[in-house]
Amino acid sequence: MAKDINLEKVVTPGQLVRKRFLRNKLAIVGVFILLGMFLFSFVGPVFSPYGEYTMFYFTAEGEEFSSEDTKGYDPAGSGVTIANKQFPSRTHLLGTDKDGRDIFTRLMYGGRISLTIGFVVVFFQITLGVTLGGIAGYFGGKVDNLIMRLVDVIYCLPTLPIMLIISSLLIAYSIPQTQKIYWLTLVMGLMGWASVARLVRGQILSLREQEFMVATEATGIHPIKRIVKHLVPNVMPQLIVVATMGMGSVILTEAAYSYLGIGVPFPFASWGNMVNVVSDTIILREYIFMWLPPGLCILVTVLGFNFVGDGLRDAFDPKMKR
Amino acid sequence: MWQYIVRRICIGVVVLMGVSMIIYGLIRTAPGDYVSTLTSSNPEVTQEMVDRLNELYGLNDSIPEGYAKWAAGVFRGDLGDSFIEQKPVAEVLSSKMWISFWMAFPAYILQILIAIPLGILSATKQYSKIDYAVTTIALMGMSLPSFFFAAILQRIFAQGLGWFPLSGMKTARMDYEGFALMLDMAKHLVLPVMVLTVLGIGGLMRYCRTNMLEVLNEDYIRTARAKGLSESKVVYKHAFRNTLIPIVTILGGMIPGLFSGSMITEGIFGIDGIGNTALTALRGGDIPYIMGSTLFMAALTLVGTLVSDVLYGVVDPRVRLK
Repeated sequence: MAKDINLEKVVTPGQLVRKRFLRNKLAIVGVFILLGMFLFSFVGPVFSPYGEYTMFYFTAEGEEFSSEDTKGYDPAGSGVTIANKQFPSRTHLLGTDKDGRDIFTRLMYGGRISLTIGFVVVFFQITLGVTLGGIAGYFGGKVDNLIMRLVDVIYCLPTLPIMLIISSLLIAYSIPQTQKIYWLTLVMGLMGWASVARLVRGQILSLREQEFMVATEATGIHPIKRIVKHLVPNVMPQLIVVATMGMGSVILTEAAYSYLGIGVPFPFASWGNMVNVVSDTIILREYIFMWLPPGLCILVTVLGFNFVGDGLRDAFDPKMKR
Repeated sequence: MWQYIVRRICIGVVVLMGVSMIIYGLIRTAPGDYVSTLTSSNPEVTQEMVDRLNELYGLNDSIPEGYAKWAAGVFRGDLGDSFIEQKPVAEVLSSKMWISFWMAFPAYILQILIAIPLGILSATKQYSKIDYAVTTIALMGMSLPSFFFAAILQRIFAQGLGWFPLSGMKTARMDYEGFALMLDMAKHLVLPVMVLTVLGIGGLMRYCRTNMLEVLNEDYIRTARAKGLSESKVVYKHAFRNTLIPIVTILGGMIPGLFSGSMITEGIFGIDGIGNTALTALRGGDIPYIMGSTLFMAALTLVGTLVSDVLYGVVDPRVRLK
C-alpha cells in the first residue's frame, strides 16, 4: 500500500552517496587536508608579519631589518648583507631562501598560486571538454569525427615540449612576467580538455540510446535543453571525480613546469619554483629546509585531492556495497 | 581485425600530421632560432655566414614551405639532420631510445611485480586496514612530484649514504669495460628506476583493484563460492584470471611508451635518453630534432593505444574489433 511507505526512511541517491563518502576514512582525511591547505594559503598570509617579496638584510653590526621595515637602515648601505639561507629560527619559522625572503610566508603565497591555477585550469578544461564532448556525442556524424580527431591530436601532443616552446615564445615577444601566469593557465587548459571530452562523449553515446532520451525526443524538447537538463546531470558524477583528481594533476604539472623554469615566473612564489633550488647540489645537501617544505606541500595537497576524488568515485558507484 | 588495424594506422597518420603541424608552427614563430643562438656569442660571424647557415638549415623558407619540405622528407623516411648532434635525427633517436628503454624497462617490471599483487590483495580485503594502507601508498606515489622525489632520493642515497652516484650514466674517471661497465651503469640507473617505479605504481595498483573488485561482484564468483570452492581457488583461479584481461591490455599498451623517455627524470639524473636530448634540443632550437622526437613520442602514444585495443580483442574473445 502506498500509504504504508514511511517517507522518512526513503533514502535518496544523494543521501546514499553522502553516506558512503562519509564512511570512507581516507576521503575524510582528504577533506581535512584540503581545508587545512586552503586556510593556510588563503587566510594564512593575513596573519603573516612579512610580505611575499619582503627581503631581509643584516647590518654590519648583525642587526636584521627588512625591505619593508628598514628601521632606518639603508639596504644599499656599506656593510649591509642579504640575510639569505638563514636556518629556521623564531623570526623565520622555516628560514630564508637564497634571496633572503621568508620561506614560511612564501609557502602560503605559493599555495595561493598553485591552488588558484588548479581551479582555473580545471574549470577551463571541464567547460571545453563538456561542450565539445557533448556536441560530438550528441550530434555524431561528421561533427563527431572532426572533434574526435582534434581530441586525438591534443591527446598525442607531448605537453612538456609544447610548454617549453611556448615559454620561449613568451620570452621572445617580451611578455611581462605578471602576464605569464595567464598564458600558463590558458595553455594548460587547452592541452587538458581532451580526456574530459572523450569521457563526456562516451557517456552521452550510451545515454543517448536509453529510453528516457527517446522520451525527451518524443516530447519535442529543444536539443540544448535536452543536453543541459537530461544528459549533463547524468555525466555529473564522473565529471566531479575527474575534476577533483584533475586539480591534483594540474598542481603537479604546474610544479613540474615551475621546476623547469617555465611555470610561475620569479619573483612570484609557487611551490614548484621553490623546490627548483635542488638543482644546486650544495642547497640540496645543506639547506634541506629550503626545498623539503614546499615539496611536502605539493605532495600533501595533491594527496588530499586524490583521497577525496577516490572517495567520491567509490561513493558514486552504485555497484559498491556498504 | 587487419582491416581495423589498417584503418587505425591511417587515422594515426592524419593525427601525427596534425601534431607535427602544430609543433612546427609554434617553433618557427619563435624568433630565437638555432642560427642566432649559434652566432650571437661570436662577433666574427658575418651576415653572409648567417645567411648561408640559414639557407643550409632551411630557416629562410616560410612556415608552410618549410613544413612541406620536412613532411616530404618524412614520407621518404628522412627526418633530417640534427643541428646539435650533426647526425641524422633517425640515427640519434634510434640510439637514444634504447637508453630510455633500459631505464624504463626495469621500472616497468618492478611495477608489475609490486602493483598487481598489492592491487589484488587490497581488493580481496576491501575496506580493511591493509586496503587503506595500500591505497594510501598508491595514492602517495601518484601525488609525488618526480623532481621532488628524485631530490629526496639523491639527498639520502647519493649525498647522505653515498651508495649510489648523484647523476650521470657512468663514472667519468674510470675506464670500465665489459661486465664492470655494465655494473657501473646499473648502479647509475638505480635511483632513476626507483623514481619511475614509485611514480608509476599507484595508477597500475588502483587499476588492478578496481577491476578485481568488479570481477569479485560477478555472478560466476558467487556460483564458485556457492559450490563450495575454497576462497583461494575462487580468488586466484576464477577471479584473478578474469582480472588479467584488462590488466594485460593496459600493460601491453604501456610497452611502446617505454621508449619515449621522461624529460624530467632523465634531466635530473643526467641520463642521456630521448627526453634529455629533446630538452637540450628545445633549449637550443634544434628544429629537426625537436620535430623528430615529438613525432616519435606522439607516434609511441598512438601505437600504445592501438596495441592495447588490439590486445583486448586478442585476450578477450567476446570483443570484436571493427
